[in-house]
Amino acid sequence: MPAPHHGRQFARYLPVLPAVVLLAVFLAGPVLWAFQASLTNAGLTGRHARNPEWVGLENYQRLLQDPVFPLSLALTVLFVGGSAILGQNVLGLALAVLMRRARPAVSAAVGTAVVSAWVLPEIVAAFAAYAFFSNDGTLNQLLGGVGLAEVDWLYAMPMLALILANVWRGTAFSMLVYRAALGGVPAELTEAAHMDGAGAWQRLVFITLPVIRGSIATNLMLITLQTLAVFTLIWVMTAGGPANGSSTLPVMAYQEAFKFGDIGYGTAVASVLILIGAVFGAAYLRLLREQKP
Amino acid sequence: MTPAPAVRPRQSRRPQGSAVADAVLLLIGACFVLPLLWLVLGSLDPAAGHGTKLPQQPALDNFAAVLTPELLFRPLVNSVLLSVGTGAVTLAAAVLAAYPLSRYRSRFNTPFLYGILFGTCLPVTAIMVPVYGLFVQLQLLDSLPATVLFLSATSLPMAIWMTRNFMDAVPLAVEEAAWVDGASRLAALRSIVLPLMGPGLGVVFIFVFIQAWGNFFVPFVLLLSEANQPAAVSIFSFFGQNGAVAYGQLAAFSILYSLPVLALYVIVARGSGNSLALSGAVRG
Repeated sequence: MPAPHHGRQFARYLPVLPAVVLLAVFLAGPVLWAFQASLTNAGLTGRHARNPEWVGLENYQRLLQDPVFPLSLALTVLFVGGSAILGQNVLGLALAVLMRRARPAVSAAVGTAVVSAWVLPEIVAAFAAYAFFSNDGTLNQLLGGVGLAEVDWLYAMPMLALILANVWRGTAFSMLVYRAALGGVPAELTEAAHMDGAGAWQRLVFITLPVIRGSIATNLMLITLQTLAVFTLIWVMTAGGPANGSSTLPVMAYQEAFKFGDIGYGTAVASVLILIGAVFGAAYLRLLREQKP
Repeated sequence: MTPAPAVRPRQSRRPQGSAVADAVLLLIGACFVLPLLWLVLGSLDPAAGHGTKLPQQPALDNFAAVLTPELLFRPLVNSVLLSVGTGAVTLAAAVLAAYPLSRYRSRFNTPFLYGILFGTCLPVTAIMVPVYGLFVQLQLLDSLPATVLFLSATSLPMAIWMTRNFMDAVPLAVEEAAWVDGASRLAALRSIVLPLMGPGLGVVFIFVFIQAWGNFFVPFVLLLSEANQPAAVSIFSFFGQNGAVAYGQLAAFSILYSLPVLALYVIVARGSGNSLALSGAVRG
């Protein structure tokens, strides 16, 4: 009796429908539309806005010849590698490890400071970071105070400023993940190693890190995906400048589409970003499946 | 052997280890506080600039200047509409979707959940250009309800994932007892399961609310008229036409705009919600 069974199965899953419709219209729809629009010369205004023409792979050919694209790709890798994989990940782990040894009051106060930067609305965090790194901002005040030369961070070293700002903004997530993970490491393990004469570093490298490797992998994946999508921080601090010197893929896609009015080319850049996200997303799912026994 | 030797090294290591750990932590913490200091000091300084300095004449002038309907109240009302709307739509759709995924066994569940999880990986900034195109074609630009629906769709994957994990934690036996008493599935869901999931649902709602409240890029692209813009976008009105920036007012506005999410975060964190949210979000 397959028919009634299927009917009941369908009725049971009916409540999923609103969610599926929302996801299909507003997430899957735009993704498919992006791939399609990237094959046209759709414009923001003018006659190509109403009647875009099919141009095949022209936008992608242009992408490969555009000197800004490899630069933008490299800057994105630098931004993700520097601020997420190195910065947030290592600092988050260090904070979590230190917090277990420090006095509870200190650990709670510092935890609050780190989390505040993360909970603030992104535009507020971006303005605070902009003011901090700007020419007459706090960082230069501090440098001048100890007699060091002042640097116009946002012009001379935009990527360094952005990476530091994103470490400031996002480390809280890694810290929370690692605090939870370290809480799950059995105390007998590290104590046994201590009895055997292992130092603090040896215990961390040979006992703790292998035990929490699942959390490390999950954290790396999630912060990579989050950092890949960072737009507001960069837009407010440097707007991709000077001379595309900090224009990562999200900024480049935005500029091509809305500043230069070329929706077709902008969606081609966005499609590349979506594909990179999809690759990392697929890797993340594989990882989760492997972790589950 | 008594357990004493195992205890002694820990006791002897704590005091000396903690002094160094305290110092390093405080140093890192200071670096995290520094950029925030500008916000607080600048908001109290009518003559604020980029730099951080103690106000010569601390005053609440900046807050007074910002407290007007156009500058503060209308954008905040728009932010509330966007965030509460997104939270409500997301939570309703997530609870409905989570119920069959949590309560029925089917071949459909695993692929669907992994598809959902894949959706959480999508870089939302990458789809803003196509979403703008979609909104133009559907003539939905500058519409608050449409923006609410889009924001709900972006937060739904994580919300469904978390809600299902929280629902799995409610034992089926409690629900079955209600069915025996003659309650329908819907009635049991409403009167038994949802109240038991209360804290979890609160976490999901606040989580979605905070994200929507803080989101800048989505309303920046989709809401064009000043009448519809939330605080995240209207903040640009402090950048005058001729490049003059009212930094003190910008800082005061930022603080007033940030307070609701800071308060909500404290509420969640108090109820040990950090671990709750993480366990809902990270663990499968």
